Amino acid sequence: MVEKQGIGVWVTHAILVLGVAIVAFPIYVTFVASSLTLREVLDAPMTLVPGPHLWENYRTALFHGTKMNGTPVIGMLWNSLVMALVIAAGKIVISLLSAFAVVYFRFPFRMVFFWMIFITLMLPVEVRILPTYKVVSDLEMLNSFGGLTVPLIASATATFLFRQFFMTVPDELVEATKIDGAGPMRFFKDVLVPLSRTNIAALFVILFIYGWNQYLWPLLITTDHRMDTIVIGIKRMLAAGDDQIEWPVVMATTMLAMIPPVFVVVAMQRWFVKGLVDSEK
Amino acid sequence: MRERVTYRSKVLPYLLVAPQIAVTIVFFLWPASQALYQSVQRQDPFGLRTRFVGLDNFVAIFEDPGYLHSLQVTAVFSICVATLALGLALLLAVAADRAVRGATTYKTLLIWPYAVAPAVAGVLWMFLFNPTIGSVSYALRTLGYGWNHLLDGTEAMVLVVLAATWKQISYNFIFFLAGLQAIPKSLIEAAAIDGAGPNRRFWTIVLPLLSPTAFFLLVVNVVYAFFDTFGIIHSVTSGGPARATEILVYKVFYDAFEALDLGGSAAQSVILMVIVIGLTVVQFRYVERRVHY
Repeated sequence: MVEKQGIGVWVTHAILVLGVAIVAFPIYVTFVASSLTLREVLDAPMTLVPGPHLWENYRTALFHGTKMNGTPVIGMLWNSLVMALVIAAGKIVISLLSAFAVVYFRFPFRMVFFWMIFITLMLPVEVRILPTYKVVSDLEMLNSFGGLTVPLIASATATFLFRQFFMTVPDELVEATKIDGAGPMRFFKDVLVPLSRTNIAALFVILFIYGWNQYLWPLLITTDHRMDTIVIGIKRMLAAGDDQIEWPVVMATTMLAMIPPVFVVVAMQRWFVKGLVDSEK
Repeated sequence: MRERVTYRSKVLPYLLVAPQIAVTIVFFLWPASQALYQSVQRQDPFGLRTRFVGLDNFVAIFEDPGYLHSLQVTAVFSICVATLALGLALLLAVAADRAVRGATTYKTLLIWPYAVAPAVAGVLWMFLFNPTIGSVSYALRTLGYGWNHLLDGTEAMVLVVLAATWKQISYNFIFFLAGLQAIPKSLIEAAAIDGAGPNRRFWTIVLPLLSPTAFFLLVVNVVYAFFDTFGIIHSVTSGGPARATEILVYKVFYDAFEALDLGGSAAQSVILMVIVIGLTVVQFRYVERRVHY
């Protein structure tokens, strides 16, 4: 066993504690600001002790929004939730189906399809920004959940991941179901999907966060405030101009924007780390 | 690879790939081809006629001081973010790997910024550094340094680099920690028996064995700094002040939706496409090698 005592241990822990403190500091300050009155926030230096106005600020944010913006955050949370869930579920479903087709069938153009899916890796929204916007606008999908989600649900990463996994599933299982007289979809539904449970959970965590944190896409696709996701909503609240910003409400909204994805990561830590490592292979 | 047992069906496989392929064609391949097509066209100011101009748009871009400046800003931004995020994450990962007690707790406390949206990370740091009410800018003021990233381009750059780094550390940390834990303990112990101290062991054994992970993360961090930081730039500085933080992705957005320069924006898209393809190729060639390693 390599030495594990002496001054080194203290240095190690000091580095970690400092790291954790620096990582947590911005969040802590935001949390404190969300529990104060506007006057207390504006009075520099802002106190670093939480105040008693927590519920009041969160209630204002959730049901009224800021005075300038006037959009209740609860609607934004709903939009973000729908967007994140539809993107995560959509990506998983269509990737499961296409990976199933590529692995378990031999058909003309199979590899052409495979490469078409692969190419999407190299085409993030940023490199085809205006034409993609135009397609969505021509399809009259602006300001709709369809426009927010459908263009993002193609997934090369998820398809590869499931393809890799399906290739490790023993042939005997296919043969057994064939002997039992089950068709391909039955095999898919009753054998393959249940076997992929862990992969699905891992991928779901990553994709939920991906969907929740989208910024450029909803910025382009939604102009109607009722369709604002919470991340976009914060930006709109801040656009009010420095002396008009209701900091406590904005900071409460910021906390609300972070709670769901952070909760998912911390609660599903095991799957999260697996998903992260798997999807980068 | 051995031949798999497969199903026979003429129609079913096409139905199965149809949703993915439809989305890919409609929202990826078709727009990308449009970007390619528009990058060699120029539209008159009223949008009535377009004509073929060859590579004129590209020539115009590379002669535009604004674009060259944006390239430079992107380079500085990416190098700073990648260096800081990799360095700090490595330091923390090495520490977490060494800490016997509490390693899991530290891990939990360090990974969650991954879940914070880039734009929200930007807002957190912008609040800390707000010139009038921010806690950090207040501290700096008492030390005699007047911070105002709304006026000073360098300070704006520092701010977006901090926000982008803060968000990326957790990602790098997870991969570095996994890499460290995969190093066989016997190697470290053998070196310790031979009398190598912790420093020597780190530089001659741990770091070389970690270099594949580090290289992979370098590519990922560059991709992150290039493409995923749009939210930070847009929410914190809007590319300002005086374009000091206008990275390429912000510029392509701005030119398309604010300046309405169709051909120029399309040409910029194509350049970005080339960059992504280059980075993806590097990443995949590397993964190939990692399999052998």
